[in-house]
Amino acid sequence: MSHAAANTDNWAEVKAAAEAVLPEHIVAFIEQNAKNAHSESQLIAILHLVQSHFGYLGQEQMHAVAQLAQIPYAKVTGVATFYHYFRLQPRGKHIINVCMGTACYVKGADKLSQRLMDELGIHFGETTKDMMFSLESTRCLGTCGLAPVIMVDDQVYGPVTPAEASIILEKYLKKGKLPKASEAKA
Amino acid sequence: MTNTVTEFYKALTAKVDETLKAQGDYGKIVIQIGSATCENAAGAVDVMDEFSKHIQSSGREDIVIHRTGCTGRCSKEPIVGVHVPGKMPVKYERVNRDVVHKIFTSHIQKGLPLAEQILDGSIDPDQQLEFLFCEGRRCGVDAPVSYREIFERKLKEAGVGEDKVRITAASCFGACQGQCGSRAHVLVRPLRTLYSVSSEADVDLLVQKQVLKHEEVPSLKVTDKPIYQEFFDLYGDVSFFNRQSRVAMRNSGILDPESLDEYVKFGGFKALATSLGKNDPEWVINEVLKAKLRGRGGGGFLTGKKWQMASQQPEKTRYLICNGDEGDPGAFMDRGMLESDPYSIVEGMMIGAYAIQACKGFYYIRAEYPLAIKRIQNAIEKCRAAGILGDNVMGSGWSFDLEIRLGAGAFVCGEETALIRSIEGERGQPKVRPPYPVVRGLWGKPTAINNVETFANIPAIINYGGDWFASIGTEASGGTKVFALAGKVKHTGLVEVPLGTPLKKVVFDIGGGVQDDLPLKAIQTGGPAGGFIPAKWADMEVDFDPLAKAGSIMGSGGMIVLSDEDCMVDISKFYLSFTQEESCGKCTPCREGTTRMLEILEKITSGKGELSDLDRLERLARLCQQTSLCGLGRAAPNPILSSLKHFREEYIEHIVEKRCKAKKCVALIHYEINAEACIGCTVCARNCPVECISGSRKEPHVINQERCIKCGQCFEVCRFDAVERV
Ligand SMILES: Cc1cc2nc3c(=O)[nH]c(=O)nc-3n(C[C@H](O)[C@H](O)[C@H](O)COP(=O)(O)O)c2cc1C
Ligand code: FES
Repeated sequence: MSHAAANTDNWAEVKAAAEAVLPEHIVAFIEQNAKNAHSESQLIAILHLVQSHFGYLGQEQMHAVAQLAQIPYAKVTGVATFYHYFRLQPRGKHIINVCMGTACYVKGADKLSQRLMDELGIHFGETTKDMMFSLESTRCLGTCGLAPVIMVDDQVYGPVTPAEASIILEKYLKKGKLPKASEAKA
Repeated sequence: MTNTVTEFYKALTAKVDETLKAQGDYGKIVIQIGSATCENAAGAVDVMDEFSKHIQSSGREDIVIHRTGCTGRCSKEPIVGVHVPGKMPVKYERVNRDVVHKIFTSHIQKGLPLAEQILDGSIDPDQQLEFLFCEGRRCGVDAPVSYREIFERKLKEAGVGEDKVRITAASCFGACQGQCGSRAHVLVRPLRTLYSVSSEADVDLLVQKQVLKHEEVPSLKVTDKPIYQEFFDLYGDVSFFNRQSRVAMRNSGILDPESLDEYVKFGGFKALATSLGKNDPEWVINEVLKAKLRGRGGGGFLTGKKWQMASQQPEKTRYLICNGDEGDPGAFMDRGMLESDPYSIVEGMMIGAYAIQACKGFYYIRAEYPLAIKRIQNAIEKCRAAGILGDNVMGSGWSFDLEIRLGAGAFVCGEETALIRSIEGERGQPKVRPPYPVVRGLWGKPTAINNVETFANIPAIINYGGDWFASIGTEASGGTKVFALAGKVKHTGLVEVPLGTPLKKVVFDIGGGVQDDLPLKAIQTGGPAGGFIPAKWADMEVDFDPLAKAGSIMGSGGMIVLSDEDCMVDISKFYLSFTQEESCGKCTPCREGTTRMLEILEKITSGKGELSDLDRLERLARLCQQTSLCGLGRAAPNPILSSLKHFREEYIEHIVEKRCKAKKCVALIHYEINAEACIGCTVCARNCPVECISGSRKEPHVINQERCIKCGQCFEVCRFDAVERV
């Protein structure tokens, strides 16, 4: 069962601090959930909400979750670090996911990812210095018929040759620069 | 109580009829567009948009767009079906905005189908009839002759050409009760008539009456409707599909996955109504036991047995979980079913929950499947609103609710005890079994966990009977299995076949054979927990026990075809690097064992291996297999052990000759330019990232081996095949 808020004599303070960090809908979810049986089981769901709002799980946010949901901070970070889906670092503007599933692998995903790493100068799980791209590997996007595939944000490309991968990057770089140009005009 | 459920179901179907009638889609031209992650990735959203625009600007009101799930014909997506009432349905492959325009202006407006874009070039749109002859394991096995051949001969004699009648060999229709013996089933499209023939005279009757006079032959007609009738109506002309038997995927690609009304119209929730109407959970368990349904998540445990054990627990608070974690990195059948036919999974779960008298059910779906999550959520909400889910299910007095919990990218969470920990909000680390979850599972209560596909089969078992289901498969396991066919195969996608179907039938008849017609080397089943079946064993029947005996496993259904261009050591390394990364780290044999084995494989593929490494590898593999805590570690060595068993010479080649025959292992190959073939176009030199290729224009070029990083760029860009990989 959830730890009763009343157990903490500075609850108002704790809550205010967490609210300063977390957006309203997450606070509401945690508070609503606290009333349910097995409320602690929703920790992963809460972390999903935080990640989809902030793009990653920052220490500050995890701390706020721990406080508001009254779950030990050690457990929050323990769970956050166990699951690959959770990111502890901010990510770039565009997320490049290279499928490293079996179908893509036998069709040359290794070469493809090597090319992307060379071009971007980063490894899997890293972000370029200009915060433009994060490179990630994923397992089977379920589009094996198009193997090898990469997914940039929500767009799936396939089959992609190493040379085509460079062209795709180019496209996003150009797109990324556009708003800057219009800003300059204004 | 029985009555109230029957009343409820009657009212439900009546209301659905009314709603669908009010929509007034009968008699209209239907444009069917697939909508699942894979279809959308291939461009289905654009296609849908383009069709809407065309319909709007044409002002026609007799055309409707129908969204469906995915049929699983991955490499040809997006697929669009056009159904003009009274005509054979036509399916188009690889449709884009331009093709939409052509389909619209030619097929829809002028009635002229676009022959060049038809899926698999399967039909001649002018053909009037198609006869599908079941060539499953049972139909016609005792017949001295092939009815299909007789039929072909008789048609020729009657002077009916292939342009009028098409003849196709198909897989089991699920119409047989037990052994068919000398009888065989024949399905006629688009009439949707099912016949059963048992002699040459019967075949003759079909030709004389059905073909020549367009009259039905009542004496041969089978009144039972085969379960995948609807599917065959639409897709029966495509050999990729008619060699399959669709039970679990009966609705995929036919129904709108978001519409409860359509699901009910196609018999949805009838099985649940029947189960509740019996007022006897044990009856459900017995049907599932009779069906010999074995869990489709990989283990192959009898589902009926699992439910029986759960239902016998003294503790009355029980849970049911649907395992939608689908961790195998080359498999996507669960995603396909969750996205394309979510209501069936909901219904299957509800029947299971009723059988074990669970109060609550959970979906555990991986977060990487947002569309699957959305569709299940939608299905749950609509069922709740319709009184099918929640308090007093269908007026039966029994209450049950469902909730979705998301995974977060950990393969080990597919393992049942780890999955339970994850639902509890913990790190997903497995526990020692026993106690098994059916005794002590979620929050310490009896919990049954089943795979998505297992649940997808349940409504069919209840509707058609456990005996019927058992008759489709083998002696030991009933029903079909869905495979995600991928790798070096011509047609990739989701394939459902009766258990007991020979592997080579799947790869060659359905999959169209190996890509580029290269020799088949091996078939990998079971993903990272499975093994390799060498080409010489391709006759093997797919079933749990034969695959396990061959050193592989059925697994959840990944099936990767490997050709001569694949290196077994490299693929084993690929799988092991997967399990090594996914090992949760709790037990030492798995955590350390996978790491050390991976090191050895890396040593071998980089040309530094020694023969003694093979013994070490084998010993470590056995150790890991025997002493790991959970199935992840116990199965992790499978790819190594089975490749060592069947392809040991390849390991030895890597170690002794420092050679990789498939030319996959980068350290063991190098690139050379064939001076005779090189015309000096300089393309390779310009593309080389380390600028190690020299030579002047119109002169043969040379690669400086010391500086070459073996990226293979020159090999890919050379248009004269002058760069050789040796
Ligand atoms: C490492 C590991 C991963 C697994 N992954 C899955 C999975 O992704 N999906 C699944 O249904 N079963 C998976 N299983 C099997 C489950 O533990 C469990 O046996 C299964 O869900 C039971 O359902 P069934 O009887 O319907 O097959 C996995 C097992 C292990 C050891
Ligand atoms: S393996 Fe890449 S999409 Fe399936």
